[in-house]
Amino acid sequence: MTVNRYRCQLHHSAHERRLETHPLTWWLRDDGECVGLGEYVAKDGYAVVRQVLGHQGPDEVIETLKAANIRGRGGGGFSAGVKWSLTLKGENLPRGYLLCNADEMEPGTFKDRLLLEQVPHLLLESMILGGYANDSFYGYIFLRGEYVEAARAISRAIEEARAAGWLGRDIAGSGFDFDIALHTGAGRYICGEETALINSLEGQRANPRAKPPFPGQSGAWGKPSVVNNVETLCNVPAVLRFGADWYQQLSGERSDDGGTKLYGVSGKVRRTGLWELPMGTPAGELLDRAGGMHDGCTLKTWLPGGGSTGFLLPEHLDLALDFNTVAQAGSRLGTGILTLVADDQSMVSLVRNLEEFFARESCGWCTPCRDGLPWAVKLLRALERGEGIPGDIELLEELAEDQGPGKTFCAHAPGAAMPLASAIEYFRDEFERGIAHPGKDDVMPERPLSANGERGDAER
Amino acid sequence: MNGNSHLLASDGDGFVLDPEDRRTIEQERDHYEQPQAACIEALKIVQRRHGWVPDGAIVAIAEALGIGPAEVEGVATFYSLVFRQPVGRHVILVCDSSSCFLTGYDALREALSSRLGIGFGQTTSDGRFTLLPVCCLGACDSGPVLMIDDDTYGPVAVEDVADLLESYP
Repeated sequence: MTVNRYRCQLHHSAHERRLETHPLTWWLRDDGECVGLGEYVAKDGYAVVRQVLGHQGPDEVIETLKAANIRGRGGGGFSAGVKWSLTLKGENLPRGYLLCNADEMEPGTFKDRLLLEQVPHLLLESMILGGYANDSFYGYIFLRGEYVEAARAISRAIEEARAAGWLGRDIAGSGFDFDIALHTGAGRYICGEETALINSLEGQRANPRAKPPFPGQSGAWGKPSVVNNVETLCNVPAVLRFGADWYQQLSGERSDDGGTKLYGVSGKVRRTGLWELPMGTPAGELLDRAGGMHDGCTLKTWLPGGGSTGFLLPEHLDLALDFNTVAQAGSRLGTGILTLVADDQSMVSLVRNLEEFFARESCGWCTPCRDGLPWAVKLLRALERGEGIPGDIELLEELAEDQGPGKTFCAHAPGAAMPLASAIEYFRDEFERGIAHPGKDDVMPERPLSANGERGDAER
Repeated sequence: MNGNSHLLASDGDGFVLDPEDRRTIEQERDHYEQPQAACIEALKIVQRRHGWVPDGAIVAIAEALGIGPAEVEGVATFYSLVFRQPVGRHVILVCDSSSCFLTGYDALREALSSRLGIGFGQTTSDGRFTLLPVCCLGACDSGPVLMIDDDTYGPVAVEDVADLLESYP
């Protein structure tokens, strides 16, 4: 059989990587096998737990992280240090939970899988430090159910760490107690939303919760809870080892955001894959590293960080891929894993595919999302068949507006609105070609009549 | 959905949790502050043994966790990887998200459908395969991607489909 089992791969070999320049991936083996406890410790793994626990106070840890400004790598971009400083903690308060969001399902994103499968001890070490800083007594790794290999790697790592005393009571003689369990999901993209994740962890339907209270005030089972993405957490040990200044200068002149980023490329390029590079690396450099587009293809447009980010153009390739720069260009950095689209791709079809995803994955809790997304899909399908009617594009724009930030319960629908609105903005002519132009004697296609007699406007 | 009537017949209202599954569920329950948290895992445990989650298992899990059957059913019907109908011996999850869409998803889905004679949500008449779509499988550098049971494959060319299916008897 010629088809291969999938294996996640990084494009730098070990001799190109140093801990000081590649704090996330320096640990990885060239053969792609999982780094076990012995090898991790031989590379000075868990040294930061020994260095910090009992020697620095939680406040000192948080101050270092705030100064480093690790921005949330799940796509939100919120400072992990600031988030940790807002967690309720104190002598008269219950100790809470440290939750790792490993529910990687953002369309086009395949970065956390690398760390989970190949260096799970880095995540455990990071969570121990996070637990210490946030006064958590327990950690859960919320892993999507389809990541079977990652589940094996994490389960084995937890057992190894527990047996070696890195988890459990009195870790490294510091008096700090903390343990971690793996929780695997059963599908649904919405579980990656942090409050939906907490509901799912509690064994409920994954509907988001109203904020406030924020999870740091009242999260899992009403206790203070911190939710961080895998890649975000995995930055923590190196920041505490080398300091905030080191982290800030990793990106040099490229970006105001410090550190490195796992960047990746997929789509019709010669060499897809992942690289750990300084934050602020331009998309054009990634396209070069990917060897350019397939023969005969040119780049039409690209998504900077998953299906919930806005499309950008070839003229944006020089922009630094960091949170502020990409936002200023009208999109979002998101997960920083690029999807490159070739010039032969119909944008109406691609956006229809994206909106079908968001419509299916809506939890159904609030109306703009539950009803608005299937409506958008219906309009896009009509345009794709060339059966659109005048007004459909304006209606799509209106739907995107009505699903924008602040108008829905969580960020799911705003995420769906971004690629829709930006595709219409940049490629309006393609959408217009989907509008039927009947001849004098032809019948104009019609949407079924709505209850109030208006055409296609039932929900308004 | 033919060919699975034996599953229905053996798992009717008289459903009893396998003793080993009951023990595993009770262990899972202790991983959490409240027993309801174990219900997703409990559904997966039952599904591993039976292939799907019959009605009787909803009641049995509810009893094991001390929560209402409606709570368990609410959860079971929310999550896409919990199957409330019989499925084939092997479940094929085809990634239908954007990167795979750009790299050949439509052709792959058509090749699977025509080879198996079924569409999404259906099971072959010999009870061997069920075909389902799935969210981005996080293997976008190798699209188009699919999973068969616990195995992820990519890129899967249309001409590889027959051989790949043959390796799952």
